[in-house]
Amino acid sequence: MIFYLAQQTINALQLGSIYALIALGYSMVYGVLVMINFAHGDLFMLGAFACLLLAVLLPVHLPFVVILLLVMVVIGLLGALIERIAYRPLRDAPRVSAIITALGCGLVIENTTLSLSPYPQFLPTLFASKTLSYAGLTVTTLQILIIGVALGLMVGLDLLIRKTGFGMAMRAISFDARTVPLMGIPVNRMISLTFFVGAGLGGAAGMLYGLAYPQISATMGVLIGWKAFIAAVIGGIGSIRGAVLGGFILGGVEVMAVAYLPSTYRDLISYSLLLAILVFKPYGLLGQPPNQKV
Amino acid sequence: MSAILEIHHLTKRFGGLCAISNCDVKVEAGHTHGIIGPNGAGKTTLFNLITGIYKPTEGDIQFRGESISGFRPGRIALKGVGRTFQNIRLLKSQTVLENVRIAFDSQLHYSPLEAMLRLSRFGRDEKNSVAACLELLEPFGLADLAHDLAGDLPYGSQRKLEIARALALKPDILLLDEPAAGMNTGETADLTEFLRWVRDHFQLTLVLIEHHMHLVMNLCDRITVLDFGQTIAEGTPEEVRANPRVIEAYLGGAEDE
Amino acid sequence: MKRLLDSVARCRWALPALVAAGFAYALACEYFPILNDYSEVVLVTVGINIILCASLNLVNGYMGEFSVGHAGFMALGAYASAIMTTKWLPASFFELPLGVLFGGGVAALVGFPLALLSFKTRGDYLAIITLAFLMIVKSAIENISYVGGPRGMTPPVLTTLPWTFFWVVVTLWVIRNLVYSKFGRAITAIREDEIAANAMGVRVREAKILAFVTSSFFGGVAGALYAQVNFFIDPKSFDIVKSTEILVMVYLGGIASLGGSIIGAVIFTVLLQVLQPLGTWRMVILPLILVLLMLFRPRGIMGMRELPWFLPARELFKRPKP
Repeated sequence: MIFYLAQQTINALQLGSIYALIALGYSMVYGVLVMINFAHGDLFMLGAFACLLLAVLLPVHLPFVVILLLVMVVIGLLGALIERIAYRPLRDAPRVSAIITALGCGLVIENTTLSLSPYPQFLPTLFASKTLSYAGLTVTTLQILIIGVALGLMVGLDLLIRKTGFGMAMRAISFDARTVPLMGIPVNRMISLTFFVGAGLGGAAGMLYGLAYPQISATMGVLIGWKAFIAAVIGGIGSIRGAVLGGFILGGVEVMAVAYLPSTYRDLISYSLLLAILVFKPYGLLGQPPNQKV
Repeated sequence: MSAILEIHHLTKRFGGLCAISNCDVKVEAGHTHGIIGPNGAGKTTLFNLITGIYKPTEGDIQFRGESISGFRPGRIALKGVGRTFQNIRLLKSQTVLENVRIAFDSQLHYSPLEAMLRLSRFGRDEKNSVAACLELLEPFGLADLAHDLAGDLPYGSQRKLEIARALALKPDILLLDEPAAGMNTGETADLTEFLRWVRDHFQLTLVLIEHHMHLVMNLCDRITVLDFGQTIAEGTPEEVRANPRVIEAYLGGAEDE
Repeated sequence: MKRLLDSVARCRWALPALVAAGFAYALACEYFPILNDYSEVVLVTVGINIILCASLNLVNGYMGEFSVGHAGFMALGAYASAIMTTKWLPASFFELPLGVLFGGGVAALVGFPLALLSFKTRGDYLAIITLAFLMIVKSAIENISYVGGPRGMTPPVLTTLPWTFFWVVVTLWVIRNLVYSKFGRAITAIREDEIAANAMGVRVREAKILAFVTSSFFGGVAGALYAQVNFFIDPKSFDIVKSTEILVMVYLGGIASLGGSIIGAVIFTVLLQVLQPLGTWRMVILPLILVLLMLFRPRGIMGMRELPWFLPARELFKRPKP
């Protein structure tokens, strides 16, 4: 009984850390632009596909770390590119237009991928996974890797935000976007960097997801992306710590719901719980209501 | 004359910051009551508390003998408390007439069904509303601009429109937050006369937040002075002008603008 | 030319005449082989999409929220109506209208708590709540075996062109009447500045309830019509992809505009059909068009402007909005 719970906890950590990585991308962008980047889920999906392409199409067999870095950089650049051509021109337009544009970009990415790959693909094993047993618990080294990489990236992000000039600029922009340029900070460059990092994390999450659940499809960005978005809001959108918290909560709820209840109830339980949290804490667990001067 | 608005021991804390502290104000019906004080003294916060945007941490607000502390803003407005805002809050994409009509709507009583089916009560109420609102705009000189967008009006007209809009609610008391902000001496003098006329014509009690001392001293029957969220003086303009604490708070006396 | 257009715009008989003509045409198609089956289904789909657009526009456009859960109301209406027509009612002339009314009613009932939630939450947070709501509805239906669970249902094909036309006219008429009344003014005030609206004595809570319930009612109506034309519905047809399609139509045609809702629905449906040979590339081209449109016309083709025929007579001499 305890073993089953412990087993599921490991699964929850795995799924939760992937959700957390994706949720971070949403929160970072929301923090600096107060905008929901609806294309983010599809960037996550592209991460998985990029990994596929790199692993399968390249004649050279690259080590795991190199592929991960390449995927993060490529998807990161793509994210920054989308910001540059689609979102930046709409900075002064009504907020909704930017959101719809993001939605449109996401649809373009998703359906282009769908048209090129109508059927789900399988990611090859990039990592020889061994199964470890300890005191009745089985863990694969793959799971440890995924959780480890995800946590490593989160810690890296935390350091980036707290210890670098970029991180400080990002936090400053979240706080008051209008005065920041007056202090000589190149806001546009900072925003591009934010998108780069956020998208990179999302791409990494895609690759990790593909390793954990090897079947990837063009539509997975929609399903998982929106879920991670809810996770980000549960934690308090705009809050980095909140995104991580939300991701693990969602992962935990989903895994535990499937573990102890009929699997068809998974979504019903997860979303009802999430809705319940939002009813009592409308701005998320770690979020702040927007301040309005009256 | 009885007090139309009474504030007892009002305190408002935002986390660690005490914006209003043990404030007492008494406004007599039919008076013009001024609220003055240095920037950050808590004057707008006081208005926000009276109109229900903030809930008091301690203390009580009584309007016409009834406690309105903690009521929702909409409910307080419908009880007869009208207000204007420091940063004009007009509906900029709507026309002048529409802005006033929205405030007047509280006096129309047709149901959604009557609106959907365009039954006769709808037609009558709508016609009355348009006529009444145009009539209200006349003395403000805005009737000819009824179909212009509120956002296109010059600043002074926007302020007047905000006052007209508040009057469409048929309030008993009107809270004006810096109505003369951004005006020069001539405009301020006009506004003084205009507010006097508004008060008499609509039989209102006025409560003003203002920095233009000419306006305050000429128009107000009584003045309350706030500093750091506390009442430091209350009385007639002459009394307040001579009060040493007030002079100290303003660093040298009433400014002439 | 401008004067001709102007006088057409001011002609108060134009719209009733168009409605009568349209209805006559729809009836004719029903009894004479004017259109082939395919074209009829396309027209019915256009009608259903107009209803979806106009109803979502009430909450997203006029009230300025961002609801992404509209497909959920469609699902409720579709399934409620399907239950009525497959399991409860015998075949009769009244089967479809009763089914549609029941579908709308169920959707409206569920829209009511959503309205209550909107009292304390706004903007992006309310968007999430609507998203969660959509997922819950879809997931709940998947777990109810009475309606076939994930395998879906096959309701009888009852929707005809005349009925669709009828419901389109009713939807547009009701929403238009609401918008140009004190309730519409309240809803617009909430969009512009909720704090000012409160200070002006606007009954904000009432307005929000009215907007959400009306919007969800007609969303359910559209769903019911959809169920009875498709002869197959399953929970997957009403997921976030469907909601996104409706959003695209609304923002394409223009927010806060009934004319815009019509245009958005027509363009989207027709383009989707015309571009059939392109397969999934259709949904690359359409969003791309939308993105380009947003860059040049952020509020949509007819954003915040209205066809003169919808405006009440006295509003015709207003200055046009920018």
